[in-house]
Parts: sequence; C-alpha cells; structure tokens
Amino acid sequence: MKCQVCRGPAVIDVRRHNANFCAEHFCKLVRDQTAKAIEEHEMLAPGDRVLVAVSGGKDSLALWDLLDELGYEADGLYLGLGIGGYSDRSGAAVRAFATRRGLTLHEVDLRADHGYDVPTAAAVTRRSPCSACGLSKRHLFDRAALEGGYDAVATGHNLDDEAAVLFGNTLRWQTEYLARQHPVLPARPGFPRKVKPLVRLGEREMAAYCVLRGIDYIVEECPMAEGNKHLGYKEALNEIEARSPGSKQAFYAGFLARAVDRFADAAPDHAEGGETASCDRCGVPTTSGTCAFCRLVERAAGAQPVALTRKGRPIDA
Amino acid sequence: MKVTLRNPTRELEFPGPKSIVALLQDLDLNRESVLVIRGGTLVPGDALLADDDEVEIRPVISGGAA
Ligand code: SF4
Ligand SMILES: [Zn+2]
Ligand SMILES: [Zn+2]
Repeated sequence: MKCQVCRGPAVIDVRRHNANFCAEHFCKLVRDQTAKAIEEHEMLAPGDRVLVAVSGGKDSLALWDLLDELGYEADGLYLGLGIGGYSDRSGAAVRAFATRRGLTLHEVDLRADHGYDVPTAAAVTRRSPCSACGLSKRHLFDRAALEGGYDAVATGHNLDDEAAVLFGNTLRWQTEYLARQHPVLPARPGFPRKVKPLVRLGEREMAAYCVLRGIDYIVEECPMAEGNKHLGYKEALNEIEARSPGSKQAFYAGFLARAVDRFADAAPDHAEGGETASCDRCGVPTTSGTCAFCRLVERAAGAQPVALTRKGRPIDA
Repeated sequence: MKVTLRNPTRELEFPGPKSIVALLQDLDLNRESVLVIRGGTLVPGDALLADDDEVEIRPVISGGAA
C-alpha cells in the first residue's frame, strides 16, 4: 500500500476516495476536508473566536486540534455531567490534552455549579438521560459562548453522525427535523452561531486522525448511551458503505445540496427565533414563563442524588 | 500474537503470522468499523502480523464495541 501523494508507505486506506495515505498526507487530507466544510457552508470567518464543545472523545478533541491548526482562536468548554467514573476519566483526558497543547479550557460542573447531575436530573424529571443531558448542554454551551463573546460554538458531529440522523429522520419523514438539519445554524438573539466542521469526515477517519496525531482520547463510551436506534442506523449505513463506498457522503451531501430547502416550510416557528418571551429566571428567549433548563434545575437541584442506572438496572461506571 | 479488544477491554491470543484481513474475519469485524493499532500507530490493512506482535483493535463507531 503506497501513499497516493508521496508514494511512501501508506498507513490507511480511505475507500470512498479510493486512495491510501501516509500519516502526514492523511492528516493533511483531514485538515483540508475540515477547511472545505467550513468554507462551503460559511461556518467561520478567518480569525473567529470559537468555543469548542469538548467531551474527551475522538471527534471533539480532533476538532479542537484542527481548529487550532487552521488558525482559529479555539477555546474548549468541558461540561462535568456527573456520570460516575466515565465523567472523571473524560474530564482528565480533556484537561491533559489542553495542558499539552497550551489551549484554554473552560469547565462547568453540573453538580458543583448547578446542584445536579445527569442521572439525577433524568430520574426526577422522568426524561431519558440523553434528553436531560442534551438540554443541559445546549443551554450551558449557548450561555458560555454568549458570555464569553465567542463568534460560534463548534461541535464534533461527523459524517456518520449526520448521515445516521438523516437516515432516521427520513425513515419517518420527520419534516420538522429535516428542515433543521443544517451543518450551521446562524446566530439569533439569545443564541450563538452553531457549526459542525467535521461533516465531511467519517468516524473511522476521525479515530485514525487521533491515533496519528497522538491525541489521547477516551475510547470508552458514556454508560448512558443505550444501544440505541442511532447506532442501528449507523450499522445499516456502514453495510451499504462497505458495498458501495461513498454512499454516506452522497446521501448527506446530496440532502444538503438538493433537498433540505424543500422542507423549509416545515420548520417550527420557535426554531426560527419566534420566542416571544424571556425566561423569568435566566433571561434566555423562550416561548413563555420559565425556560426548560431552569425548570430542569428547579426540579433536579437539591433532589437526592441517584445511582447510575440503565433501563432501571444499576450500572457500574 | 496478543490482541486487545475494547468496550469492554479484553485480550485474545492468536497464532501468527496472520493477515489483518484474516484476523478481522476470524473476529467477525467489519474493516470499516475498526482500526488496528500497533506501537501507537496504525497498521495498514495489507500488513501481516507476526506471532510476537501486540495489537489493539479499536472500534471507531460511537456506541459500538469491538
Ligand atoms: S450518551 Fe447521553 S447522557 Fe451520555 S453524554 Fe451523550 S447525551 Fe449525555
Ligand atoms: Zn504521503
Ligand atoms: Zn431559564
């Protein structure tokens, strides 16, 4: 196997590009694809200050590394979710990375700063852990970005993530979600711009990039991630990809180029800035009264902390 | 050879030499959903593993296991 660019020994094959690469030229490919996504979707302007949502996993640490390499002023924000040993280990991975690279890391800890953790919030509100977690993340990342004067929040969603979400939304023709599935959401009053610069890169490429760049990410998964629908869609798409390399890219890129605008009518008003009130606790734009995050805090903070469970069974994390 | 799998972490022994393709076939793993790592770097798909090699097979699908 020889590198497509320099003919030196290759370390990885990228079947959808029908090419093999050495470490140096593979890392260049990943950087170029990131820059291309940023440019084609007008995600960032040169010199933008970006807040990167870092979890300690491969995608978010690679994204932080890439934005820094591409010359953006990229700071990280890590949220301590209070998910047992998983949170301890992911936090340690993020801190070690930031220290090694001399990057600025902000941290918010749900338990220390807001009086709750994800397992407890899920239990008292009867939401799924991922729903309580997602709500917390959205609110706290938005708030940190606005308060810190950042131009955008960047997340590590990759091509496999976006293709799997698209597949799920298409299977059920969830037009409201299809209308909103853009790799960039513009800023609007009370909300920062949100960008996904890794949408041209697959999961295997992100993991390979981390290995070749010496990025020590946590391979273990959040124990609350149920073997969910999303994973089933990823596996189904990978079966198709194995037979016909490039299918995932064609599916997702084709949707953005030729389909997403057709669903514009289905976007709900509140996603377009139709919030008419401000939260009476924190002031964010909301549809009425108290925002969903403040209602969650109200119920979860002060509640007796619960042990980690999945589908009602205790788990050891 | 010593083969480490992740999520959960476990170790298996295989006799070498063995190709990556054959190893992944034996483990019933899709080449697109894992990376093979030796000494901190990637092992290309056409490599032959020796009897005394130590490799890690790392899943790349979030939510997946190998
Ligand atoms: S799997 Fe669910 S609970 Fe765990 S970090 Fe992701 S969204 Fe949060
Ligand atoms: Zn090369
Ligand atoms: Zn509020």
